[in-house]
Amino acid sequence: MSASSPVSMFRWIVARDLMLAWRRRADVLSTLFFFVIVASLFPLGIGPETQLLRSIAPGVVWVAALLASMLSLGRVFQSDEQDGTLEQMLLTPQPVYLVVLGKVLAQWLVSEVPLVLIAPLLGVQFGLASETLLVLFISLLIGTPILSLIGSIGAALTLGLRGGGVLIALLILPLYIPVLIFGAGAVDASINGVSPQANLYLLGAFLVVSLVFAPWATSAALRISLE
Amino acid sequence: MSFSLTPGMLLQITGPNGSGKTSLLRIICGLTTPESGEIKWHGAEIRSLAEEYSRSIIYIGHRIAVKEELNSLENLRISSGLAGCELSRDQAQQALARVGLSGRENLPARFLSEGQRRRSALARLINCSATLWILDEVLASLDHAAVTLVESLISEHLSKGGMAIVATHQEIHISAGSFHRLELEPPVSRGTASPGSPS
Repeated sequence: MSASSPVSMFRWIVARDLMLAWRRRADVLSTLFFFVIVASLFPLGIGPETQLLRSIAPGVVWVAALLASMLSLGRVFQSDEQDGTLEQMLLTPQPVYLVVLGKVLAQWLVSEVPLVLIAPLLGVQFGLASETLLVLFISLLIGTPILSLIGSIGAALTLGLRGGGVLIALLILPLYIPVLIFGAGAVDASINGVSPQANLYLLGAFLVVSLVFAPWATSAALRISLE
Repeated sequence: MSFSLTPGMLLQITGPNGSGKTSLLRIICGLTTPESGEIKWHGAEIRSLAEEYSRSIIYIGHRIAVKEELNSLENLRISSGLAGCELSRDQAQQALARVGLSGRENLPARFLSEGQRRRSALARLINCSATLWILDEVLASLDHAAVTLVESLISEHLSKGGMAIVATHQEIHISAGSFHRLELEPPVSRGTASPGSPS
């Protein structure tokens, strides 16, 4: 028996969620396929007009990423709530902030990182140039953790509600708007030959702010949901 | 309502369905905020102690927090790790053997029976350094041998100066420590039954 430290508990949370995700691979893959299919429907529907495809690409890929992350967010706390693990997590001798941060990190690694990795491939369908693909990749890399962090607040608030899936979309999608604007804006800038730096810096600032405040709000919401 | 616990004391909470046993235990854990009244630990309000209080208690609720996808060994090691007392593989295996799950450590929990799942949750009590055990309906769906096991675990804990609060209808026989019973009143039909307010 060794004394607990915040770091070791954080590791247990992340390792546990990764292990559970591995045992439920189908859930993870369905999110990824959803993203790929939604983003691929547009080129198929619009036809081979390169100019048009290129101009809608940033918006389409980003919106598909938002919707895909909504799909996986509903599950972040649900199963833990049902079997009582979440109660145990609130009773750990470490701050709940860390529990939330660990769960969000695991959710991001499992559900969002695959999207980020496959997004450049989807960008090729839209005829994006290689430096634009890089910007798309970077913008998603900075943007998707924000989606996970903000989304976890919604997931915690709608915990245990019937029809929580729709409610979470209504709660969270409006909050995603700034991320969408600056994320897609960065890619757009790169397509038009402008430097995407300003947009990426703003995304980075959002990430820092949500990293500080979102887990705190989520833990408060969890406590309320479990009362 | 008011009660206090001293080292080596077991408090059994009984009462008809709906009388608020679970609510009372959740309030004592700090999961639910009482409408009025306060819970103190060593003289300090538990809300102000926060994580320090969490370190001193272990709670096994109705929902026993056993993950269906994980096997007993993983379930035990993870939940102990989260509760702040990490177990080595050997320690976990010994604890599972004690609750009668040896040979089934590597079976995912969804293949275990309800009683076996409860046993695997009970394994958390062994090796656990918490002073106050809070057990909700812990004897439900356990066979005779397992009930005896729970009783001996509680007795050992009490003899080491621990405390336990157990909500159950069944008789508990302990060989050490002192035994007290708290009977909750049936819910009031006017609908004003409020959760208890122990201090």
